[in-house]
Amino acid sequence: MQILIKGGHVIDPGRVNGLADVLVEHGKIVAVGQNLGVASHLTVIDATEKLVLPGFVDLHVHLREPGFEYKETIATGTAAAVAGGFTSVCCMPNTTPVNDNQSITEFILDQARTAGNAHVFPVGAITKGSEGKELAEIGDLRRAGCVAISDDGQPVMSSQVMRRAMEYALAFDLPVIDHCEDLHLTEDGCMNEGIVSTQLGLPGIPAAAEEIMVARNLALAELTGAHLHLAHLSTAGSVRMVREAKVRGIRVTAEACPHHFSLTEEAVRGYDTHAKMNPPLRTWQDVQAIKEGLRDGTIDVIATDHAPHATQEKQQEFAAAPHGVVGLETALPLTLALVEEGVLSLEMAVAKLTTEPARAFGLNKGTLTPGSDADVVVVDLHESWEVDPARFRSKSRNTPFAGWKVKGRVIATLVDGRVVYEAVSA
Amino acid sequence: MSLKQKDLVSLASLSPDEIALILETADSFKEVTGREIKKVPALRGKTVVNLFFEPSTRTRTSFELAAKRLSADVINFSPSSSSVVKGETLLDTARNIEAMQADIIVLRHPAAGAAETLARGVKSSVINGGDGWHEHPTQALLDLFTLRERRLEFRGLRVTIVGDIAHSRVARSNIYALTKLGAEVRVVGPPTMIPAFLDRLGVRICYDLDEGLRGADVIMMLRLQLERQGRALFPTIREYSRLYGLTAERVKLAEPGALIMHPGPINRGVEIAPEVADSLSSVILEQVANGVAVRMGILYLLSGAN
Amino acid sequence: MIIGEKKERKQEKLVMDQSEMGRALTRIAHEILERNKGTQEMALVGIRTGGVHLAHRLARRIQEIERSQVPIGELDITLYRDDLAIRKDQPILRKTTMPFNISDLKVVLVDDVLFTGRTIRAAMDGLIDLGRPAEIQLAVLVDRGHRQLPIKATYIGKNIPTSREEVVCVLLEEEGEEDRVVILNE
Repeated sequence: MQILIKGGHVIDPGRVNGLADVLVEHGKIVAVGQNLGVASHLTVIDATEKLVLPGFVDLHVHLREPGFEYKETIATGTAAAVAGGFTSVCCMPNTTPVNDNQSITEFILDQARTAGNAHVFPVGAITKGSEGKELAEIGDLRRAGCVAISDDGQPVMSSQVMRRAMEYALAFDLPVIDHCEDLHLTEDGCMNEGIVSTQLGLPGIPAAAEEIMVARNLALAELTGAHLHLAHLSTAGSVRMVREAKVRGIRVTAEACPHHFSLTEEAVRGYDTHAKMNPPLRTWQDVQAIKEGLRDGTIDVIATDHAPHATQEKQQEFAAAPHGVVGLETALPLTLALVEEGVLSLEMAVAKLTTEPARAFGLNKGTLTPGSDADVVVVDLHESWEVDPARFRSKSRNTPFAGWKVKGRVIATLVDGRVVYEAVSA
Repeated sequence: MSLKQKDLVSLASLSPDEIALILETADSFKEVTGREIKKVPALRGKTVVNLFFEPSTRTRTSFELAAKRLSADVINFSPSSSSVVKGETLLDTARNIEAMQADIIVLRHPAAGAAETLARGVKSSVINGGDGWHEHPTQALLDLFTLRERRLEFRGLRVTIVGDIAHSRVARSNIYALTKLGAEVRVVGPPTMIPAFLDRLGVRICYDLDEGLRGADVIMMLRLQLERQGRALFPTIREYSRLYGLTAERVKLAEPGALIMHPGPINRGVEIAPEVADSLSSVILEQVANGVAVRMGILYLLSGAN
Repeated sequence: MIIGEKKERKQEKLVMDQSEMGRALTRIAHEILERNKGTQEMALVGIRTGGVHLAHRLARRIQEIERSQVPIGELDITLYRDDLAIRKDQPILRKTTMPFNISDLKVVLVDDVLFTGRTIRAAMDGLIDLGRPAEIQLAVLVDRGHRQLPIKATYIGKNIPTSREEVVCVLLEEEGEEDRVVILNE
């Protein structure tokens, strides 16, 4: 069984950028080039005037299973992923129970196989129960299939524990991810500390709460030589520190989320709980710094921090509502907006969603190199559409982008050579 | 001229004309509250629900009296006396109340934004009776009313607000309203109690009380939340009182005859010396009396058919 | 509230001019004095806004005739209107000013136009909330008919037959107009 994706503009960052056909056989990319395809049992996908890209890789999603299936399941979350063009997702361990042991990791991988949508790469916990005290069995987690470790949502406050985790992870060459937040400084904070929090009377989270931990983690990465991956950078200060650290040769990679380069703290006015996430939306200056960081390579990766929450949870008062927004199904057009704005070239934008994240976590994904898994996404760069949360594949609807008119749409997604998503023609 | 919104959620969203309308309307009700029969039939058949998620005897009583003097039916509903089930959102609770045909809901809630969220979600009129650190519009309106009754002109009026500005909804509402009406507002408190970028709201910030009091026409003292001691906002009540307590000696730094206000309840001997609270310049009890008239005015203005 | 409402003058029909109004008020002043045998235990209460001006005019005439002062009160009936519950925007309140106790006085309510009688009903309720008058009388400059309540004026300047749709306007110097009464056709 062969599939020929014909006549599209293929971008495989660093390798191909031009009109080409992509030939898929037995779930693998066979060839990328002109006038391919001669076999008899050939299915043709006409990609004329479309982009043909490697399936996107998201280093930061919350699939909520096990424990919070009312928010999302591995099946619904991966369905949302492929609808957004993501063929590989790395799911955070803050489930119930926490993914701090082999059996949870195996359960996640099992559920993902059953769902048959995107590839799922579990992220294991740094500490048991993500309690920040004792290290989890990181070797076992690695063996079971975890690709990185993180105590996302419950940042490791003890510098000693973090140091040990980084040292220990060296043995398996696992990236150590941190959600950088000094919880003592955050206290009850629920949005960026600034003029808007002052006006709204909401407790603020200063930029320093993130930057203190970025600085600490960079120092520990330098001390240990471990690979540090910084999740969802949101402040200009963080970007500055990472930029400097990279110059000095510290092994650090960093990600930014579409909401952090598309929105500012102003979105919180009206107490919109869909603009509540952690780290919070920051100022215009921070947004500019994030964009600059993406442009100059300080920030390697665009990740969604897809964080589904049920409607009733987000309907609470602002301070009581949980942090987080869904992002898998809106990331592509928000990233393409950076191309439109001139921040990134199209190829760079694609790289931040494909080759760069794959490289950061050492995943054999995000490329159309012959012999690799046939994870492919076909995109219409020009199609305009309105974000309608009711049409999300995700179980949750918590997006701040509802009603936005955006450009760029996923037309079809292939995982291992199977068409797992096809847009309903408009 | 009428109020543009169905609700009174914040003073930040009111125009100077709307503020003036409320104060003028309250004038008429001040006359009513001076009568022997202090009751008028204007809100006959209307239902006012006091939905209080935070204990507050004085604000609730003031609203209750205001509603009763307008002949409305009043229901007091507070989580302590009724079953607010965990998991029931504020909106659920309010919709239940609305289903009982409440025309006006007065909401007091510990979360900033609760009133705005509620106002968007129900057809009834919502009056913010204080939401977290955000706003307490009726308190600020009664403060303005008290100043106006004392024949003070807002334009150029020098008002000094002293205390924990960061955690004060009263301060925020007064800052919004007074700056809108052209007053010069100064705030005084330790830097730990001044929120970020407050100067962008058009106020001057002083960390020294004596400096802040110099030349003030009005001194507005805020209640010190004693339970905040130990959260590193101030070391001890003793030191706070010494640095930021209003004494008779300090009052002399202000303009002669400067008015002294306090939203209550006062901590005697902490933020305000007893002899200052009881002095002739103190209008603290007038504030309370005016509260009823102002709230009658607001209830009246919002009682139109939706 | 209606601030500076533009009164369309094109279609107005004059029904009382300045001198006619003056004569009517003088006559009413005499009738009040005659009926109440002087000004003892009596007060004039004007209904805002037009009635207040007319009450002051009547008081001046009574002063000229009888050389005695009659206390004047100003009554805002808004809070007693029977349509508050159905209006979208509430009317602007004016202050009620009653610088004397009305209990046991003969109170002459003064208004410009008597129409449905609803304003007078509200005024009587408003008065009674302020005390218990010995008697309430009613003086109006114009009675235009179409009563909806069993209310009758004690003193009438002029009866003017109208249709329901017409609008009767009493224009007064105190409001910056030339004194006159007109009927406006919509």
